[in-house]
Amino acid sequence: MVDILILMFSAILIENYIFSKFLGICPFLGVSDKPSTAVGMGFAVTFVMTISSAVTYGVYYLVLEPLGVEYLQTIAFILIIAALVQFIEMFLRKYIPALYSALGIYLPLITTNCAVLGAAMLNIQEGHNFIESVVYGFSSAIGFTLALVIFAGVRERMALSKPPKAFRGVPIALVAAGLIAMAFSGFLGISFN
Amino acid sequence: MEFIKEIIIPTLCLAVIGGILGLALAFAGAKFAVKVDKRIKKITKVLPGANCGGCGYTGCQACAEAIVKGDAKVNACTVAGDAMVAEIAEIMGVAPEKAIRIRAQVMCSGTHLNNAKKKYHYEGVKDCSAAVRMGGGDKVCPNGCVGLGSCVKSCVFDAIKILNGIAAVDYDKCRGCGACVAACPKHIIRLIPYDSAHWVGCCSVDKGAVTRQFCDVGCIGCRKCEKVCESGAITVDGFIASIDYSKCVDCGKCVDICPRHIIWSRDQQDKIGLTVEPEDFIDNTKLNK
Repeated sequence: MVDILILMFSAILIENYIFSKFLGICPFLGVSDKPSTAVGMGFAVTFVMTISSAVTYGVYYLVLEPLGVEYLQTIAFILIIAALVQFIEMFLRKYIPALYSALGIYLPLITTNCAVLGAAMLNIQEGHNFIESVVYGFSSAIGFTLALVIFAGVRERMALSKPPKAFRGVPIALVAAGLIAMAFSGFLGISFN
Repeated sequence: MEFIKEIIIPTLCLAVIGGILGLALAFAGAKFAVKVDKRIKKITKVLPGANCGGCGYTGCQACAEAIVKGDAKVNACTVAGDAMVAEIAEIMGVAPEKAIRIRAQVMCSGTHLNNAKKKYHYEGVKDCSAAVRMGGGDKVCPNGCVGLGSCVKSCVFDAIKILNGIAAVDYDKCRGCGACVAACPKHIIRLIPYDSAHWVGCCSVDKGAVTRQFCDVGCIGCRKCEKVCESGAITVDGFIASIDYSKCVDCGKCVDICPRHIIWSRDQQDKIGLTVEPEDFIDNTKLNK
């Protein structure tokens, strides 16, 4: 139990996907204009990442490893994640239309989100078991959401300020992201041993 | 044996995974198919398909969805004529309504050549937004038409021209999509009902004495029109008259009484037209008398 909590804590804060692993930067910059869209994207990613962690775990240990074709994991995982996103989209559209319309365009966008693929591959690399994989996928996505929401708040404030012309837009956003990443690197000092 | 292990198995493996996923998706697609109202497809076909956004939705498809859902009326499309609205009404099974046609109107009468006073001579990029960055444009009036044609560029129906240094709308071509309204950095283009015969050709919200310094024809907020209007359609708020088109009966009394001659009538505009020589167009103060 303690191990699981440590895993969650480190996935959310210490090894935050955006601020220390630099995965999923594209949606991070793309949808962090407003907190509302940031939360929507975060939800969609959490949903997909949790389920894809479970499915890719099964496919790796039940199909790829017995056949001795572990090197196919990248291409197989992309295939699975893409199909999974499509499937989830259909399912939500049919049974939970409210959630479907709330997630909107963000759901199909996740197909190419490298954070989702990253979680699937890191699960294998770190040798997580099934429970750990699902928890790791879920809490990494929570960390992703946290980063998105924090940054959306920062960007809202930045919209009111007047940086020099050359810095306006994405450049100042990247500078701010770098500063937040430095703040997050403070968590690296935390040790659980 | 090596060949089978290195080529066939990986290929088969991926093919099988892909095949299973594909079949699963095909099955799920059939199982989770959401019944789309057939009327949406039909209405989308009837709508113009220009995706201009004039109705306030993101495109013709979204507009059709809103009509079927009941969020929008059958005459929501501003581009559609009566025939098209009747067709949509038939699909929806409701009584046809009259098509609402709206048009854009540039609410400024301050032509460059005489009425509006200038601050400086602008020699920059021929674009309103660029000029507005230079101290708010070359006109003294903060709400005057810059006249460099950002709206002209935005119009997909080719319905706006620059005449005498201010933008003028060709009403026959205008479909009321509102692209120019969004493009104008001064926010002085408004959408008004197509049939409305009168409008206030000014957006100056400054006090009368201040407006007088900007422009020979700006609204000074004297409230004469408000008093003369019997239907209560004109209100003067913040030193600028505005017409409520749901109340206006097109009597034309405001046109006659306006001391600044900035309440325009359709007749007068038709008389001037869009093809007249610039000299005639400039002299709107005299024409109004």
